Amino acid sequence: MTAIEPVHTPPTLDLQHLDTLWLQVTGTLCNLACLHCFISCGPKNDSHEFMELSQVQEAINDAVAQGVKEFYFTGGEPFMHPEIREMIDAALAHGPLTILTNGILIDDDLARWLADRFHQSRYSLDLRVSLDGTTPAENDVIRGRNTFEKILAGVDRLVAAGLNPVITVTTCHAELGGAEGRARFFDLLQSRGMDKPRLKFLSPFKIGREERRHGGDGGYQPYELLRESDLDDDARDALQCSSCRMVTSKGSYPCPILIEVEDARMGDTLDDALKPIELNHPACYTCFVEGVTCRT
Amino acid sequence: MPDLIALFGGVYNNYLSLKATLDDARRRGAHEIYCLGDMGGFGPHPDRVFPLLRDAKDLFVMQGNYDHSIGHRLDDCACGYTDPRDNHFAQVSYDYTLAHTADEHKDWLRDLPTHFRRQWRGRDVLLAHGSPRRVNEFLWESTCSDAFLAHLLDAHGADLLFVTHTGIPWHRRLPDGRQVINVGAIGRPANDGRTSVDYALVDLSGDEPSVTFCPVSYDHHRLANEMREEGLPEEFAETILTGWWTTCLEILPAKERHRGRY
Ligand code: SF4
Ligand code: SF4
Ligand SMILES: [Fe+2]
Repeated sequence: MTAIEPVHTPPTLDLQHLDTLWLQVTGTLCNLACLHCFISCGPKNDSHEFMELSQVQEAINDAVAQGVKEFYFTGGEPFMHPEIREMIDAALAHGPLTILTNGILIDDDLARWLADRFHQSRYSLDLRVSLDGTTPAENDVIRGRNTFEKILAGVDRLVAAGLNPVITVTTCHAELGGAEGRARFFDLLQSRGMDKPRLKFLSPFKIGREERRHGGDGGYQPYELLRESDLDDDARDALQCSSCRMVTSKGSYPCPILIEVEDARMGDTLDDALKPIELNHPACYTCFVEGVTCRT
Repeated sequence: MPDLIALFGGVYNNYLSLKATLDDARRRGAHEIYCLGDMGGFGPHPDRVFPLLRDAKDLFVMQGNYDHSIGHRLDDCACGYTDPRDNHFAQVSYDYTLAHTADEHKDWLRDLPTHFRRQWRGRDVLLAHGSPRRVNEFLWESTCSDAFLAHLLDAHGADLLFVTHTGIPWHRRLPDGRQVINVGAIGRPANDGRTSVDYALVDLSGDEPSVTFCPVSYDHHRLANEMREEGLPEEFAETILTGWWTTCLEILPAKERHRGRY
């Protein structure tokens, strides 16, 4: 990652309230190695390892004590974790849960189990499946060979079990973010039997593998840093890090985006991360300009 | 201190359901009636709700995000939708409502209070539009943890909290006995296949406040016809006639979305 010398004082941002607790349950370990992955996850990246069930439970308890509103599980690929079902139950006991997945490991048994939890729980259980194109050619160049069919096979199983996942599209192909691109996804999902297609479009973060994807020039320019004067109250509220924190096997972080940034680590536990943060990273610029939030 | 209090929100220009709601609440003996905001949007003839809302002695009216926008003549409703499909239909109703609301009513909306605080038999009561901390925050039943609702009550010093803004009513009694109630909306059915709408009735005569939702029927065929005559989207008329939401669906959490038809 290119280091950019700070030539200004970065803005600080208070945690107004812990609305969202992110848990990186499988660390940076993933069964895919997508080109645009902003945390460079993959089968061999163990810089953040699987969380222990006890770590997840502890973070959930800490968050509940703070009045947390909702939980998000991410990775890597959350369904690689052997105790993922226990973790899901631990979260749903206290609040709504969204799981970010690439869908590939969802077999019939898991789909049925998830559907059962969806119906039993008093809180929402939501799944977000990433797909980056409406054709194998478009998607597989980013997510890997044959992944288009594998991802949709997972989606099919969820749909067959009666669930309706949100399909998340990272708009690396810029045209996919427009009205026509959206319509193509809509048609694709309807053709797979989803009668209420749900879609979320995210802009890519120019860090991690996404930075290297552009031959080293895909990163941020030095002017793309935030200044105190950029941020009025509304802009502060709009940044997800005014209301979220991330916990991984290594400790606590401001948000899901900065977990591979050395000096972003805030401490060992969630309680260490309730203090204000400095918006001194170029990715903060994308959050600000694009209004990006990782939440659904 | 009266024993019966009625609360509703989300009028959405539906002057017919508003009239039916007020009649029903008064007939049941509600001594105070609270409107938690969002007079405009969705329905036809925005100006027809104001004679019913203004200058009634038993009625307390609060400003919602829609009323703030219309009152300040802003460009959009600031409902807080994030999906382009949701925003498209929201903008259609907003432009229509802004164009058809008289200046005098806009000024009235602009000057409404944004919260009410009350003491009901020793309990601290807070009435807000979306949530006590943000006028356009969506408090859905399936996405508000008990811990979060307890936090809102603590942070704002309330034993009893009433909100609206989402359009779907629910009621939560926390383990410590405090209560949070989303009164839903009377202007549009609650995405449950019923054409009737609901308001909340609170009975204070017992040991603790008891909350019931009262369904209200009105001439929804007439409303749908007037919406068509005004050139409003057919999708809106369909919702009025079927009780299923056809628009603003993307904001729904998984559970609430699952319950609807679309
Ligand atoms: S983008 Fe998601 S699926 Fe792809 S490598 Fe990263 S974590 Fe895995
Ligand atoms: S990357 Fe975005 S979410 Fe993370 S700290 Fe910066 S502004 Fe906040
Ligand atoms: Fe509202």
